[in-house]
Amino acid sequence: MAYSNKVIDHYSNPRNVGTLDKAAQNVGTGLVGAPECGDVMRLQIEVDETTNIIKDAKFKTFGCGSAIASSSLATEWLKGKSIDEALAIDNMDIVEELSLPPVKIHCSVLAEDAIRAAINDYRVKQGLEPIAAEKSH
Amino acid sequence: MKTPIYLDNNATTRMDPRVLEAMLPYFTEHFGNAASRNHAFGWAAEEAVDYAREQIAHLIGADAREIIFTSGATESDNLAIKGVADMYARKGDHIITVTTEHKAVLDTCRALEKQGKRVTYLEVDDDGLINLQELEAALTPQTILVTVMLANNETGVIQPMKEISALTHKAGALLFSDATQAVGKIPVNVEEYGIDLMAFSGHKMYGPKGVGALYVRRKNPRVKVTAQMDGGGHERGMRSGTLNVPGIVGLGKAAELARLEMAGEIARLRKLRDKLETELMKVEETKLNGHPEHRLPHVSNISFKHVEGEGLMMGIKDLAVSSGSACTSASLEPSYVLKAMHINDDAAHSSIRFGLGRFTTEEEIDYAIRHVKEAVGKLREMSPIWEMYQEGVDLNTVVWASH
Ligand SMILES: Cc1ncc(COP(=O)(O)O)c(C=O)c1O
Ligand code: FES
Repeated sequence: MAYSNKVIDHYSNPRNVGTLDKAAQNVGTGLVGAPECGDVMRLQIEVDETTNIIKDAKFKTFGCGSAIASSSLATEWLKGKSIDEALAIDNMDIVEELSLPPVKIHCSVLAEDAIRAAINDYRVKQGLEPIAAEKSH
Repeated sequence: MKTPIYLDNNATTRMDPRVLEAMLPYFTEHFGNAASRNHAFGWAAEEAVDYAREQIAHLIGADAREIIFTSGATESDNLAIKGVADMYARKGDHIITVTTEHKAVLDTCRALEKQGKRVTYLEVDDDGLINLQELEAALTPQTILVTVMLANNETGVIQPMKEISALTHKAGALLFSDATQAVGKIPVNVEEYGIDLMAFSGHKMYGPKGVGALYVRRKNPRVKVTAQMDGGGHERGMRSGTLNVPGIVGLGKAAELARLEMAGEIARLRKLRDKLETELMKVEETKLNGHPEHRLPHVSNISFKHVEGEGLMMGIKDLAVSSGSACTSASLEPSYVLKAMHINDDAAHSSIRFGLGRFTTEEEIDYAIRHVKEAVGKLREMSPIWEMYQEGVDLNTVVWASH
């Protein structure tokens, strides 16, 4: 299958690969898997607790090129966003930006799920309610 | 050195330029129909076909009259299995095969099952070998055919043909072998192995595509197959259709080259393959798929655990290889051959088959080693699974999204 140049770029030069301290109070970790293909994504955010702005984001992904690119792109987008802005990221934005073909849409869904899981992990650490998934794919 | 580097020689091989040269006159100057008995055009074609038959027979220790030309191994597999099932229907209705056979064999057996024949599918062990006791137990007086491939196309695993032949013949059945991956690569002698029918194909041995052969034994015992296409009764009535003269000339030349150069090629390729394998197996958490010794000298199938197959294929884009992963095929299931060897889905998905060939150079192998090591290292660096594995974390902590 032919990948778009943007997917190839993120795959070859992934942004923000790495690990944040998942025990830290201001770090949210989302670890999600796609049952379709067995791919697994971990996304972490480090949040400024006073402003609720995401200071740093890291990912590690076991998956196809599209999943790696989706998570790499997600970390780029997350940095500097508020939690509310981050929650507004839609998987279709990722699909569009990376020109993912239909069979690769679930890879972007995985990234969206990972963002939500990371935010919820952070919220729970802060003593807040987790946000329920507002849509089902 | 040009990239991508071709290491998919089990899928097909580049045609040897000497084969092309031999074929060319038979497209134009000597275009005759080998069945035309009345003029020089036909005689020239027939003579070329006869010569090719000799070249091919010589390679496999057969008599020229035992070679039936077909369009390739798929057709030879069909003709052998269906042809025997039809011809020997009065003797019995039972066929024995193996779960790791090529689709051309397995699907043919399935088709016969639909027509009421009985088929036993022998399983293989973790190394890909069949169990001879199981074969012996499966043989019945109604068994007419045992079909076991000589060398597997995904792992290169070589089955013990002599022993299989002895058991098969003791039970009064015939032995057919799909030897597509072996003929022209390793010594294959139908007498030594006791094979009654054998399929092989031009494009797997540096010859042209669209031409193959079926060896059909003529004595001890004399074997016959029922034709599967009606027509002019070519090839002793077993396979009708005007002969593909240029293709046959090419297959003949390919067989001759293989015979003359085999010993040197085996030694050269084994050395290169072993170098590749030794280096790649130094990478942590790798697994060699297939029996380490009973294996073709130019094939290596390795799983790289904790990296994802499709990502890996993307990472080694400078190599033309095959993967046991689903993404290289139309289905989502990983390789049924590896599965039959009890290799789990994850390891099957991250497996790569390296198939070396006549045109593979040491420089290419050195590049391949570096390229694969780099890609695996990079993907593991990026993999949460690898991190969890190294920390000894249970992978079941992953939350599976429910879309
Ligand atoms: C073991 C085996 N049998 C049969 C075939 C089919 O050969 P052909 O392409 O000549 O029909 C192949 C090649 O894919 C093969 O590897
Ligand atoms: S194929 Fe499953 S995440 Fe891409």
